[in-house]
Amino acid sequence: MSASTASVIGPLAVGDVVAERTVHLTRESLVRYAGASGDFNPIHYRDDVASAVGLPGVLAHGMLTMGLAVGTIEPWLGDTGRILEYGVRFTKPVVVDPETGADVTVVAKVGAVDEASARIDLTVSFEGATVLVKAQVRVRTA
Amino acid sequence: MPVNPELVGRDFPPTTPYLVGREKVREFARAVFTDDPQHIDPAAALALGYADVVAPPTFAIVVTDATLQQLLGEPDSGIVLKNVLHAEQKFRYSRPIVAGDELTAKLSVTGIRAMGAAAMVTTESEITDAEGGHVVTTTSILLVGEGDE
Repeated sequence: MSASTASVIGPLAVGDVVAERTVHLTRESLVRYAGASGDFNPIHYRDDVASAVGLPGVLAHGMLTMGLAVGTIEPWLGDTGRILEYGVRFTKPVVVDPETGADVTVVAKVGAVDEASARIDLTVSFEGATVLVKAQVRVRTA
Repeated sequence: MPVNPELVGRDFPPTTPYLVGREKVREFARAVFTDDPQHIDPAAALALGYADVVAPPTFAIVVTDATLQQLLGEPDSGIVLKNVLHAEQKFRYSRPIVAGDELTAKLSVTGIRAMGAAAMVTTESEITDAEGGHVVTTTSILLVGEGDE
């Protein structure tokens, strides 16, 4: 399958913000992700189960947070086929209140640049705390 | 340590082929808040050089669910789902997943190390298409705690 023939991205400088957004999650978002992904762990939709295993509340799926984080750069990137690698560490849970939900903020910055690729660092936060650490996307720029 | 160290190097069979559907791609894209046309509109995907809609980058995790089930299904693994926390996730792509792909995942457990009373288990799933070409490799680090069903 041929990859994109779209033009080169850039020029990029370390520290440039290439994209940012805030996504409002609700309990409906979690049920929707459960159905779409097949991850039906009840800690993502049942308060009683979440509290029984010692969690502060119903949590967003880590893979939902990871998925929406990289989605932030897609309009800038143009073609997801440019993504060579994407990795994260899950550090803090995103607790989704049944009434008020949760706002997850993503800021995507250029972390490193070489001739043919760039590393985009995603800062993903909830209530002022970072929820994904070392969230890095390596993209083909040439 | 709760996890059987002999899982490292064990040979797991390739999973049953997963056929990627156009509506599944659209459903997943909506669920991860990505409404980029390449995920929704076949014409937009075609303009980028793909045969059909392109799955969002983390869709590969859906295909690897079958390998997680293989791991949990090993009677001597010591791994119980409720004790599992997802600690790290990485994807390494040769190309994006596209609707119409028939994908197979091959699981390997590449590392297990004790961490207090728990264990850090590193698994890799290599996803290939119907022609045997590499699509994406997923690496998951799971923190597995103690406790029975």
